[in-house]
Amino acid sequence: MQLIDQAKVKKNMQSRLTKNNILKGVFFGATLFALVVLVILLYRIFTQGIGYLDLQFFQNFASRFPEKAGIKAAFFGSLWVMAVIAPVSLIIGVGTAIYLEEYAKKNRFTTFIQLNISNLAGVPSIVFGLLGLTVFVRMLEMGRSVLAGGLTMSLLILPIIVVAAQEAIRSVPKELREASFAMGATKWQTIRRVVLPASIPGILTGGILALSRAIGETAPLLMIGALTFVAYLPENLLSGFTVMPIQIFNWTSRPQTEFHDVAAAGIIVLLVMLLIMNSIAVLIRNKFSKRL
Amino acid sequence: MKTIMDEKKVQKAPRKEVEQKKDGQPVYSIENFNLWYGKDQALTDISFDIPEHQVTAIIGPSGCGKSTFIKALNRMVEMVPIVKMSGDIKYRDNNIFDNKYKVEDLRTKVGMVFQKPNPFPKSIYENVVYGPKIHGIKNKKVLDEIVEKSLKGAALWEEVKDRLNENAYGLSGGQQQRLCIARCLAIEPDVILMDEPTSALDPISTLKVEELVQELKKEFSIIIVTHNMQQAARISDKTAFFLNGEVVEFSDTNKLFSNPSDKRTEDYITGRFG
Repeated sequence: MQLIDQAKVKKNMQSRLTKNNILKGVFFGATLFALVVLVILLYRIFTQGIGYLDLQFFQNFASRFPEKAGIKAAFFGSLWVMAVIAPVSLIIGVGTAIYLEEYAKKNRFTTFIQLNISNLAGVPSIVFGLLGLTVFVRMLEMGRSVLAGGLTMSLLILPIIVVAAQEAIRSVPKELREASFAMGATKWQTIRRVVLPASIPGILTGGILALSRAIGETAPLLMIGALTFVAYLPENLLSGFTVMPIQIFNWTSRPQTEFHDVAAAGIIVLLVMLLIMNSIAVLIRNKFSKRL
Repeated sequence: MKTIMDEKKVQKAPRKEVEQKKDGQPVYSIENFNLWYGKDQALTDISFDIPEHQVTAIIGPSGCGKSTFIKALNRMVEMVPIVKMSGDIKYRDNNIFDNKYKVEDLRTKVGMVFQKPNPFPKSIYENVVYGPKIHGIKNKKVLDEIVEKSLKGAALWEEVKDRLNENAYGLSGGQQQRLCIARCLAIEPDVILMDEPTSALDPISTLKVEELVQELKKEFSIIIVTHNMQQAARISDKTAFFLNGEVVEFSDTNKLFSNPSDKRTEDYITGRFG
């Protein structure tokens, strides 16, 4: 006796296939929605901003006149801030990750730290701005400088780097560590020669993505008082500065509509920079994963 | 350099002489050793001596504690955080759990080959010199010599001598395992621990490793865990039969397999369980 009624199976077949097709359409629509909005945004920005995007745009400082306004101060300001963020956040972030993954014993205290690092990654950036203002600008008297801005941003992206580095370190197979320890290597030698080489692609990818988040952030730097009208380049770590997102924000809040087009040109520069950084992250990942 | 030459002399010397000369002093003495994973006792009251320059096989059914035991000998078992131990394990008169006797020192003298081949994702050359390098040997000439000697020792030299700079992951499973043995030989250990070294290999690679073990015991004391009784019978001089965390019987391999003194050993080796 057959338990399955073949006629019923046949009857159901059509509706199952239809349902499959409908849902495929729904998911495709969801993807399409985001894509279309992005394309519209990009199209508008490019048509608006392309006219102002010339060599002068990179050579000029901020100006009252839209046709003379340039992004030089903000562009170099961003580079300066990044030069602070990259080493500070990578060294502290990777150090923390190594400690938590390799040295720390698993107990309540480390679980607590772990939980809080994940929480910190979700704290609004403006809160980090307040922290930077209180600690770096006021308490440590760094003023509204590149250094204070960079350190604040480092704090902001630290949790992201720590989590990314931890995941990269955790993905190194246990067998490789065992092989190293079994030959009398110390913990540091094992980390230095086995764990880090195997996890560096993951760490770098996470680090670059975190950095690209940092150069797009505005709120914390507004909070610590990055300048909005700067007609000079930062000379040292204690100089005043502005960064690209702040400059763009400043331009869009001007009444003259021409400045909105200047802002669009600024956005193009920022987007291209982000794109380049993300591509580097992808390149690094591909290059190292092939070697393994 | 000096050790390399010394060992060549040892190789040339007739085997019996070597054995006689060093006979009598065990490389490991284990006394009343107990081990727990949390609350589960994995090893109970283990006491026996492991002789020098012989192959000691540890056999027993899955979960009898044989892998745990061999990992206790170089303290790798402590990588599991909940492990607790009592009793003594002496390696050549050093209590290996003594605070003054550093675990790095122990593992420099006691090499290990694992169940699954685990070469580093580096070149063949870099794999072999890993051990010497962490112990501070930097001279390129010495390192080159170590690579050749170790790979020859692991019967791999002829197969890889033209591609030492290629990634070790390009080797076959059996070659990888022999590379791991070469890597272990490179630190010129005294004892080699092998934790089911052929369980992931095909029969031909297994045979090569078994032949290698026979060669290696001239220079090293070898302790090998195996779930394969025939293998133990083929290659070992002494055999310890583990059951439920206890040593049921420890004796000459010939005696254990032909005339076991314990009923449980007999049941196991005749295939009545396990």
